[in-house]
Amino acid sequence: MNNVVKGYVLPGLPHLVLTPDANPGWKKVRQAMDRVRDEITALDADVLMIYSTYWPSVIGHQIQARPTPEWVHVDDEFHALGSVPYKLKVDSELAHAYVEAAKARKLQARAIDYHGFPIDTGSVVVSKLINPQNKLPCVIVSSNVYADRAETLVLGKAARDALEKQGKKAVAVIVSSLSNRIHTQKTEPKDDHIHSLKDQEWNLKFLEFLKEGRLEDVSQLSRQFHKEARVNKVANFKPFWWLAALMGQNNLYAGNVMEYQPIYGSGAAVISLTPSDKAARDLEFDESDPDSYSGERNVLGGTGEPALTQEALHE
Amino acid sequence: MGKGKIVAGILAPHPPHLVYAENPPQNEPKAECGWESLRWAYERLRRSLSTLEYDVLIVHSPHWRTNSGTHFLGVPHFKSISVDPVFPNLFRYHYDLKVDVDLAEKICQAAAQDGLETQMMRNKDFRIDYGTIVSCHLTNPEWNKPIVGISSCGAARYFNMDVLQAMMFKLGKATRKAVEESGKRVVLLSSNSLSHRHFTSEPELPEDMSHEHINNHNQYIWDMKMIDLMKRGRSKEIVDVLTDFTEQATAETDSGSLTWMLSALDFPTYPAEVHGYGTVIGTGNAVVEWREANV
Ligand SMILES: [Fe+2]
Repeated sequence: MNNVVKGYVLPGLPHLVLTPDANPGWKKVRQAMDRVRDEITALDADVLMIYSTYWPSVIGHQIQARPTPEWVHVDDEFHALGSVPYKLKVDSELAHAYVEAAKARKLQARAIDYHGFPIDTGSVVVSKLINPQNKLPCVIVSSNVYADRAETLVLGKAARDALEKQGKKAVAVIVSSLSNRIHTQKTEPKDDHIHSLKDQEWNLKFLEFLKEGRLEDVSQLSRQFHKEARVNKVANFKPFWWLAALMGQNNLYAGNVMEYQPIYGSGAAVISLTPSDKAARDLEFDESDPDSYSGERNVLGGTGEPALTQEALHE
Repeated sequence: MGKGKIVAGILAPHPPHLVYAENPPQNEPKAECGWESLRWAYERLRRSLSTLEYDVLIVHSPHWRTNSGTHFLGVPHFKSISVDPVFPNLFRYHYDLKVDVDLAEKICQAAAQDGLETQMMRNKDFRIDYGTIVSCHLTNPEWNKPIVGISSCGAARYFNMDVLQAMMFKLGKATRKAVEESGKRVVLLSSNSLSHRHFTSEPELPEDMSHEHINNHNQYIWDMKMIDLMKRGRSKEIVDVLTDFTEQATAETDSGSLTWMLSALDFPTYPAEVHGYGTVIGTGNAVVEWREANV
């Protein structure tokens, strides 16, 4: 049974909520997000499963489990745009099942249930726009700064386990820009553009693949994309690994690039992937496909305590 | 009004574990104990600062990260709860703090005049990051002085450490100039760890010290090298090797906090007082005080 009825790639910058009219491109992205909202309403789904690159974690993988987190959010960078009040509805049962499924696959994972926990900008923005009335509950999972491919694939598979166990159907969402380099100097909305030509070229390459539904190809290209079009703040560019692992690790999708525009220099794309019978391409993949996480290989050496160390090189 | 002065600069790391282990009334989670070598280091720092008159703490925090230049807290009063997004089990802290907005604006202006991208943060709903809170709390738990809060610019990731350091040299100089013109006596806080590779799991009882040690020996050797330079008053050499240190020890100096502070202190040649060193979840942390009178 396929427990994911549709997948989305969505941007998470607050401009889309607070000032969409300031730039015609931002407005288009906002309108695409509004269409996603309408599409989701028509789907037969029980939950939104969200992986946010805007929520970093260090102690394994954190999964939001508080039933109704509520706060007024202000972005660290774009505080001048204003505040975003939010109240989310979380599928707490599924969140706990996800934690258990992750642990069963030997990942470090924990449920997060604290008053005042700072839900990240990306999750707040996406929830406000595509699920404004909380018609569907959500589950949000963090992005571990040190995690690499093996760990993230296993995290995606664990999400699938949890859905299967609870017999629930999900809309899978990754909240991430494509190229993530924003303007480092004050830039008026009217002057917005993708920060560099190289970022633009790699964004277009990824969009070409996604338009054809080639999710697994994009997943396999993530390391390259990280090198070419991402500011290296974390170990690697992970969201497509999680999404591909959750959705079945293939190219069997109908892809729809609903919009693509710059938002403050970064590449903001709204993309849907609908499971289909016809594979866009059937390539032979050369990356490994782990089912459980076997921990780091103690490359930094010395401690002899693998349970307390892990892989990847820097934040 | 006399000329203002930076009276001390402190390397004041911000692991939330230290506040957790002290059990102040502001923090919701309660601990049995833990990380005493660093908490005692902060005790020695506080004893040292008790002999010093100052008006304001200026803190540069790795956990308020901005990529479009340097931002400054620009609201006079903040009251809320700060929940650490990474260690929410340890740090849910009710804060009530005052900001010296006037001084913040002066530094912001001076930095802009020197060509840096700057911005005042005027949103009253803004939540203060845990780096700022932990360093300020451990330095001055009474919270009886206003603070100036400065964001860390992500230029080390956007460009490289050399670009970031060039910016922090300017920011430090602008800070010194603004402080002198303000007539105030200030203490600077560089809120960062040294080596910074964490463990990604934590014991059932976070304060179970049988699990605490440095993440890897390479980090430890680098930390000792940096501390040795501090003790010998070799600030210029610190910034010279900081690019290598940051890369090879995954150090939190990628925030620019330490470079900013050493520049603001005009690269001291006198020895710093090392109040203590310890590890927190594998990272290396030192509490260090630069104060000319110590010479
Ligand atoms: Fe930190």
